[in-house]
Amino acid sequence: MISNKLQSTIEGARDTLPLVFAAIPFAIVYGALGHAQGLPDWVVIAISMVVFAGASQFIAITLMATGAALPVIVLTVFVVNLRHMLYAVSLIPYVKQFSQLKRLPMAFTLTDETYAVAFNRATQDDPSAHFAHYYLGSAAFMYLNWQLCTWIGLVAGNQFPQLTSFGLDIAMVVAFIGIVVPHLKIPSHWVCALVAALSGTLTYDWPNQSGLLFSSVIAIISGVMFENAFNKKTIIKKEAP
Amino acid sequence: MNYLLLIAAMVAVTFLPRYLPFYLASKLQLPRSVEQALNYVPIAVLTIIVVQTSLFREGQLAMSLDNPYIGASIVAFVVALWQKRLFVTILAGLVSYAVLRYWLLG
Repeated sequence: MISNKLQSTIEGARDTLPLVFAAIPFAIVYGALGHAQGLPDWVVIAISMVVFAGASQFIAITLMATGAALPVIVLTVFVVNLRHMLYAVSLIPYVKQFSQLKRLPMAFTLTDETYAVAFNRATQDDPSAHFAHYYLGSAAFMYLNWQLCTWIGLVAGNQFPQLTSFGLDIAMVVAFIGIVVPHLKIPSHWVCALVAALSGTLTYDWPNQSGLLFSSVIAIISGVMFENAFNKKTIIKKEAP
Repeated sequence: MNYLLLIAAMVAVTFLPRYLPFYLASKLQLPRSVEQALNYVPIAVLTIIVVQTSLFREGQLAMSLDNPYIGASIVAFVVALWQKRLFVTILAGLVSYAVLRYWLLG
């Protein structure tokens, strides 16, 4: 049994590998930016270690450097990170089986990347197949990589200007496409994706990723309404003599 | 600025939204309609992250052939429809990105 658990852990790390690569430039740029903005090294490192939330960290250090007030920074970080609550709620059926002690590190290490691969695993394979080990294999890999690359960014400082403008975030884009497409199984899933794409484009310039939250809710509601309308129609058809 | 206080507050507002649903997982029975809606979460959120990253360059809408993200995304999309292995989709997307970028710059 131990080897099965170990195998699930390794599979979690393996499936996250492309996303780990995609996260490298972000963490390096974060470290470099924190250094360039004159924050103490320990603050830059501590945020990566205990906050561990990619986009929120960028916004936090940028606001800190501009001298924003503490409540402004905290509120902004809260809003930017709020999509993780949606992720956590959607994982409820799969974490129910685990002790509270296991759920703590799972929640702490919940990121876009680990969510994406874990939800895939939970819905496509046998969900009981050591899901927690799979999840934590993915999360540990993301976490260690994030710490190492934050440190590299700090040490290397300004050697890496504007890494994202070199197009290194393309790996994240194509990885997310590869994760979403297999989930598009029924017409209402496509409706959800189309509404998400359209609304996400129109609300791009809304502050602090509030467009992302708004568009997510609109897209989810559209998908559900379409699914229910479609089902009702087929039920009526079935009941007709 | 009091860094310790700031970091502690940031931990609170990032950790609690992630943990609260997990903490309550076995205590609350989700209504059927909510469970149905949750299946749409990854489709909605990840699609938005994809379009907001690939359609915009430096904060501007860049829906033109000069933007290699769009071509690479279309290739990745088609490859993902055709087969389900994530690794193959990523490889196809990255290769087409490299080709498009080289071709556009050259």
